[in-house]
Amino acid sequence: MKTTGQVAGIISNIVIVKVDGPVGQNEICSVYLGDTKMMAEVIKVTGDKAYVQVYDSTRGLKIGDRVEFEGHMLEVTLGPGILSRNYDGLQNDLEKMDSLFIQRGSRTEPLDFDATWEFTPLAKAGDPASAGSWLGEVTEKWIKHKIMTPFAMNGQYTVKSIVPAGTYKTTDTVAVLTDTDGKEYPVTMVQRWPVKQAIKAYQEKPRPTRIMETGVRAIDTFNPIAEGGTGFIPGPFGAGKTVLQHAISKQADADVIIFIACGERANEVVEIFTEFPRLDDPRTGHKLMERTTIICNTSNMPVAAREASVYTGMTIGEYYRAMGLKVLILADSTSRWAQALREMSNRLEELPGQDAFPMDLPAIISNFYARAGLVHLNNGATGSVTFIGTVSPAGGNLKEPVTESTKKAARCFYALSQGRADSKRYPAIDPLDSYSKYLEYPEIVEYLDGRIEKGWVDLVYKGKTLVQRGKEAYEQINILGDDGVPAEYHERYWKSELIDFVILQQDAFDATDANCPIERQQYMYNLVLDICDKSFRFGEFTQCTEFFKQLINIFKQMNYSEFKSDKFEDYRRQIDQLVEGQVSTPKEA
Amino acid sequence: METRAFQKIYTKIDNITKATVSLRASGVGNDELASVGGKLAQVVKITGDLVTLQVFSGTEGITTDSEVVFQGEPPMLKVSDDLAGRFFNAYGQPIEGGAEVEGEAREIGGPTVNPFKRLQPSELIATGIAGIDLNNTIVTGQKIPFFADPDQPYNQVMAMVALRAKADKIILGGMGMTNDDFLFFKHVFENAGALDRIVSFVNTTENPPVERLLVPDMALTAAEYFAVDKGQKVLVLLTDMTLYADALAIVSNRMDQIPSKDSMPGSLYSDLAKIYEKAVQLPNGGSITIIAVTTLSGGDITHAVPDNTGYITEGQLFLRNDSDTGKVIVDPFRSLSRLKQLVIGKKTREDHPQVMNAAVRLYADAANAKTKLENGFDLSDYDERTLSFAKEYSTKLLAIDVNIEITTMLDTAWELFAKYFTKAEVAIKDELVAKYWPKKDE
Repeated sequence: MKTTGQVAGIISNIVIVKVDGPVGQNEICSVYLGDTKMMAEVIKVTGDKAYVQVYDSTRGLKIGDRVEFEGHMLEVTLGPGILSRNYDGLQNDLEKMDSLFIQRGSRTEPLDFDATWEFTPLAKAGDPASAGSWLGEVTEKWIKHKIMTPFAMNGQYTVKSIVPAGTYKTTDTVAVLTDTDGKEYPVTMVQRWPVKQAIKAYQEKPRPTRIMETGVRAIDTFNPIAEGGTGFIPGPFGAGKTVLQHAISKQADADVIIFIACGERANEVVEIFTEFPRLDDPRTGHKLMERTTIICNTSNMPVAAREASVYTGMTIGEYYRAMGLKVLILADSTSRWAQALREMSNRLEELPGQDAFPMDLPAIISNFYARAGLVHLNNGATGSVTFIGTVSPAGGNLKEPVTESTKKAARCFYALSQGRADSKRYPAIDPLDSYSKYLEYPEIVEYLDGRIEKGWVDLVYKGKTLVQRGKEAYEQINILGDDGVPAEYHERYWKSELIDFVILQQDAFDATDANCPIERQQYMYNLVLDICDKSFRFGEFTQCTEFFKQLINIFKQMNYSEFKSDKFEDYRRQIDQLVEGQVSTPKEA
Repeated sequence: METRAFQKIYTKIDNITKATVSLRASGVGNDELASVGGKLAQVVKITGDLVTLQVFSGTEGITTDSEVVFQGEPPMLKVSDDLAGRFFNAYGQPIEGGAEVEGEAREIGGPTVNPFKRLQPSELIATGIAGIDLNNTIVTGQKIPFFADPDQPYNQVMAMVALRAKADKIILGGMGMTNDDFLFFKHVFENAGALDRIVSFVNTTENPPVERLLVPDMALTAAEYFAVDKGQKVLVLLTDMTLYADALAIVSNRMDQIPSKDSMPGSLYSDLAKIYEKAVQLPNGGSITIIAVTTLSGGDITHAVPDNTGYITEGQLFLRNDSDTGKVIVDPFRSLSRLKQLVIGKKTREDHPQVMNAAVRLYADAANAKTKLENGFDLSDYDERTLSFAKEYSTKLLAIDVNIEITTMLDTAWELFAKYFTKAEVAIKDELVAKYWPKKDE
């Protein structure tokens, strides 16, 4: 028998329910407003009162209105057909909703249960099976979508029977498993899983061993993110967080992209809806949308569902990881999620922590980031979830609770600086404040030696030092004046500017420059570092300024030209000539 | 407020604060309206049989035995074409006499447009102001505020933008507006012969502050009627959103909520987003564009109101008095229109993005040169040229009194480039330089 209850209090979207039976923390319930059934989640229980957060507007709700408890936590439906869908935070398919406005309580199915798939068995009768083991596969878009033993099935099973290759509906039974007592369990292509629990159907979670290429120079060259790694992008508004996230989602070397628009602008999601179905994925030739799933809870959609949206996205990511795929999850922005937690905690009249955020915010954030990672599956295959979240620090101040908590949890830090954004130096990733812990991993150093060139990480540090020294020189120039410092200071400053303009800055709106493959990054970076190695003859500082400005201009044209095209090579020759004309004796190595 | 038959009248109020009253009542719906001692109020919290109401016009004069009558419905606005040309208060009642508007009563603050049904904004709004059209192009369906100090002429600029924007309807939501400013808007619209395109919902400084909370939802309900039902291009002007946020803070304070940054309620982001996200480009051709004003105190944009606004809106526009030219300009450094990428170089001439960036970069160099000068350093020849360029750029393009077409703006920029700089200094793609760099006079 289901537990039921009655509304006993309403504070905005928190509803206090007097219950007649057992209820569980995080249990889902339905709150009835006339015929409208609204979903809600239990977030606190005291005596016979359950505090539930309603994933909808509570306007018009009255004391005494009926509530039914569902006996399970918030779950997502997992199965073939998730790719290229647009879900809300509770996995309702937005495309299937008819009306212009999202009506209260409207639910749509996350999958087409009647859709048919070409099923190929991977297991045979008599094989052992356990949670997450691959029973068969279907082709979803261009991805081999594994049909797995449901994650909820703990223990050891044996495949009793499996259907032969052929066309089956999503809900058809494709395999029958038996447990040690001989009890039979039919398995379809669909399973359900509670979003707030990590899917752990894998053998181990090793340290990351390779990087995920994004085509963004300031990331790949200077602060690469590992496949299965975590990173975050804090930045004040207007610093280009969204543009950067879109660029990564378009270009990243991943099989599946999950984009969680969490409490952000609707028009930004519309941009993805509009562009991704048109854009080609350069690596596969398919449309970008085919590998993308969008979880969309924009800022004007119900706050409680905003919190759910990040978990929904993560769970879907873990599901595809269990198929041995490379998944990249982007969440914009995790601050909105934290704010949703704050609104709830505030309404529950909990004692607040810093800036009125709940006390356990750091724990919630680090638990969430910990769900990412590279895994070795039980069958030996490898899958990964790479997670990059943005953070929107209040007032651009990085000393606020969400940024600080995230800094403890994420391994890459891409600080967007207001100063860089103001001078239109995009992407505004600060080269000195940002870091990637992965550059310290011996596994990654070794991987980069092979993937790019021997000693690559040393080159990266060299570039960072040049930028640092350039910044120091610039400060001296500003204090002492152009003439008050040795000409060498100008040279030092301009070499760092060269790295900034050619490597760190990138035009996300130029078709060629937007995506820079790793081979091209290597070529350009070496070219720039070679020039930085040279010492030049400059009579006075104006000559130095003039020379580097000219040089940067040619380099920029080069960045806009197709790699190794005639034009590209022509600019390369111009650079050589220009440098030749100005160089004094080459520095000792 | 009218009372209807069979409505229960409560006459025992338990608690009274400056903005709220609480009483024991049953059968009350959340968000429902009520009249408390003849004043309009709305249910904000129900715990058991204790109902808390926020009284919009303040609780002065309410007694513990004042009559409380629940209306059984949330705030509504009657919508029809007759709204056009009318002035209303925060409750949607006409304030200049005249008959009540007849039409379909709609709940204000209604549901959200399904993001999947939205279209990508793609139609630019020309204002003739280069600080906007050239550097920060605005698009239909966008939401963008002016971040301005109270002494800046933001209402004048907003009225000018509204009139030039060629919108089918202009909806003015005035919150805490001085009566003088209200009359200013009225006269400007009247003189332009645009009154039949205007709908106004106004809460002036003479009205109680909590009433302001209704204004944006009233204005946007009217906007949705014209945009969704009639397929019109609607421009909504909201001034001043900082005063709206102040009213939110008052109410949350009275309800003993724990304040977050700057004494603002923890839900400020969601509260503001609900309003701004009503900006939309609809598939039927209709659109709602929101231009708002957020006043700053001492230019501080890290305050919770401008800060949260910046994360919600699609850019922001800063006004600045340029002391070198004596003009009010749209600040090219701090202003930003996020949606400009959707139209510049596509709906406008191909060179637009690069010209815009080059001009701003050179203007930034001028700012550096100025700093050098102020610090007593010698200026290079390049520095001198950037300074002269900056002056002309400011008067010919950035000043808000300039009113020209976008193509003329681009041509003007090229002329200035050629007058003061070499091609390498301007650093624009070679193909564009070849096409648009002004040819020397024969």
